[in-house]
Amino acid sequence: MSVQLRAAPFDPWQELARYQANLDQAGKFGATACFVGTLRDMNQGDAVSAMTLEHYPGMTEKYLEKISAEAARRWDILDSLIIHRYGPLAPNDSIVLIAVWAAHRAAAFDACRYLIEELKTRAPFWKKEKLEHSTRWVEHNTPAVY
Amino acid sequence: MAISVKYFAGLRERMNRAGETLPAQDIGTVAQVWVKATQGAPWPPNMLAAVNHDYAEAHSPVQDGDEVAFFPPVTGG
Repeated sequence: MSVQLRAAPFDPWQELARYQANLDQAGKFGATACFVGTLRDMNQGDAVSAMTLEHYPGMTEKYLEKISAEAARRWDILDSLIIHRYGPLAPNDSIVLIAVWAAHRAAAFDACRYLIEELKTRAPFWKKEKLEHSTRWVEHNTPAVY
Repeated sequence: MAISVKYFAGLRERMNRAGETLPAQDIGTVAQVWVKATQGAPWPPNMLAAVNHDYAEAHSPVQDGDEVAFFPPVTGG
C-alpha cells in the first residue's frame, strides 16, 4: 500500500510499470485495475489554461492512507497505489493515479472505484482554475454515478 | 499553549490569512473557534472543519494545543 504526493509532473504509466515490477506479489495477482485523472483544457464551457491544486499537508496523507486501509479491509486485494499531484499543473498533466492489484477482477475494480470516489469526497485538495482573464475555485466535484 | 487555526482555498483568500493562533481560553468547540476567529461571523454554508487532521462538526470538542482547520468542499482527483 503506497500513498504519494507529487509536486512535479509524473507519467502514470511509467509509475504503474515501476510499482508493479517492484511488487512482492508476482504470480499472486491476476487483476490490475487503474484510474488516471487528467487535467482537461476546458471546464464548464470555459477554456482552462492552468490549474493550482492546494492541499492540507498532513491531513491529505492521513486520509489517503485511511481510504487505502478501508479498501484493503473491505475487499480481498493484494496492494494499492495512490499518486496525486499538488501545486501548479498544465492541461494534459496527470492529476491522480490509482491502481489496485488483486487475485480477481471484481475486487480490483470495486476497490479502485472506491478509492477514487472516497478521495474525491474526503481528501483535502482544492482546485483553482486559470481561465483566459480570471481564476476561479472549483466549487464541487461532479457526482459519482454508480 | 493555544489553538492553532488554519484556512484553506477560497476561505483562506476570503479570510486574507492562512491561519492564526488563538488563546484557548473560553474555547470548547469548533464553532467557538470560528466565532472567535471571525468576531462572530455566521458559519458559512458548506464549510468543512477538521480537528488535528480529522473531520469534525461544529459541536466537536476542541482542547488547548489542538489544530483546527476550516475549508470549502474538497475537489481533488
